[in-house]
Amino acid sequence: MTDTEGLMTQQGADGGVPALRTDRLGRRYGKVWGLRDCTIEVPAGAVAALVGPNGAGKTTMLQMIIGLLEPTEGQVKVFGQASRANTTQTLARVGYVAQDHPLYRDFTVAEMFRLGQAMNPSWDQKLAAARVDALGIPLNRKVRRLSGGQQAQVSLTMALAKKAPLLVLDEPVSSLDPVARLEFMRDLMAAAADSALTFLISSHVVAELERFCDWLIVLCHGHVQLAGPADDLLGDHRLLTVPRATADSELPGTVIQRTDSDRHSTVLVHVGAVPLRVQGHAGWQADPVSFEQLVMAYLQRASLTIDADPAPAAQRPGPSAKAVTR
Amino acid sequence: MFRFRLDGSSGVPPYLQLVHQVRQALLLGYLQEGDRLPTVKEVAADLVINPNTVVKAYRQLEHERLAGGRPGQGTFITAAAAPVRPEAQDLRDSLEAWLRAADEAGLDEEAVTALIAVARRDLSKEKESAR
Repeated sequence: MTDTEGLMTQQGADGGVPALRTDRLGRRYGKVWGLRDCTIEVPAGAVAALVGPNGAGKTTMLQMIIGLLEPTEGQVKVFGQASRANTTQTLARVGYVAQDHPLYRDFTVAEMFRLGQAMNPSWDQKLAAARVDALGIPLNRKVRRLSGGQQAQVSLTMALAKKAPLLVLDEPVSSLDPVARLEFMRDLMAAAADSALTFLISSHVVAELERFCDWLIVLCHGHVQLAGPADDLLGDHRLLTVPRATADSELPGTVIQRTDSDRHSTVLVHVGAVPLRVQGHAGWQADPVSFEQLVMAYLQRASLTIDADPAPAAQRPGPSAKAVTR
Repeated sequence: MFRFRLDGSSGVPPYLQLVHQVRQALLLGYLQEGDRLPTVKEVAADLVINPNTVVKAYRQLEHERLAGGRPGQGTFITAAAAPVRPEAQDLRDSLEAWLRAADEAGLDEEAVTALIAVARRDLSKEKESAR
């Protein structure tokens, strides 16, 4: 479990039980679907990013994964076992760091830990104490006297000490200043190196994500737009520069986003694993896409689709929106 | 201890940047056979990057037989630095001469970089179509 250098072995093994799997997961609020048709898989040992704008359905999805919200349809499996909302088994298998780091403000750090110990049979007090010691947070300090960054780190410590194999973090750094943000992520990456845990981190900030995650899930309007290993997703897409007159149908692969200038067009295409040959076409150029370009292209495409089609949810062919829509 | 760095704007995947840095340090003699590379955790915390990225880079280095893991001890450089071939010095001299000519012709740094990029692209196209 703690062999640092063997970190990725479980991820590479095909056929291993995924840390997380959702099957056509959906949640309806009254007549509106907050999330629908969500089928994803995250392998054990991955650091997965769940990306999407505010209101995309990220929190709905996370709450169903951690077992706080009952799905309207579909199901969640954590390490192969079906999750039931609000049961002890489900809650014990998933650690959770909430967006606003809810802690009792009048408790000391030690008292927060005692609470964690009382509520979690698998609580690791040694780990908790060693972590705050290493971070320089005094055990006898009251929560309200800690900085925002320190509160976030106490929240993370509590989730880690729970010893759950899957850790879910909902926008963990959105309330922190840039320095505290970096320190929190540094601590999180070190924790990831120290353990065989699987992480699912939601974020509406796309910049810098490439550094932190090896698995990507892009969510928009309650639907999964793109999901998979980050390196493969990057490798499957190209940014083409072509003469303006080139029609979409002449382009290789699937057009995800196209920007037309006066004489040339920039097109982000999904080409898959097939090597792309552009030398036969005068004026064509193919470049690799950046992480941010990829995510933004899918998010913008999702917004266009929604605007153009008032009821897209039911007509979607599958969960991974690879179909051409334009 | 060898320290890695990361350029967020280069467009090169982070794991490849780490691999490139080891290769380059070997060529320049900054890394030598027997040197220990920082642990996965050290690199992850130092650069604030996903530890799986570091694992992937180290795997690649092992695959290229430049480094090897010793159980419980870490990852070590296993390759001797490639001897600098005599033609490398000639190439450097001619490159310097070219850069001087470019400077005299009034090309600024940006223009030089663009020119090199274009020449490189043409060359790789040439190679690709020859295959």
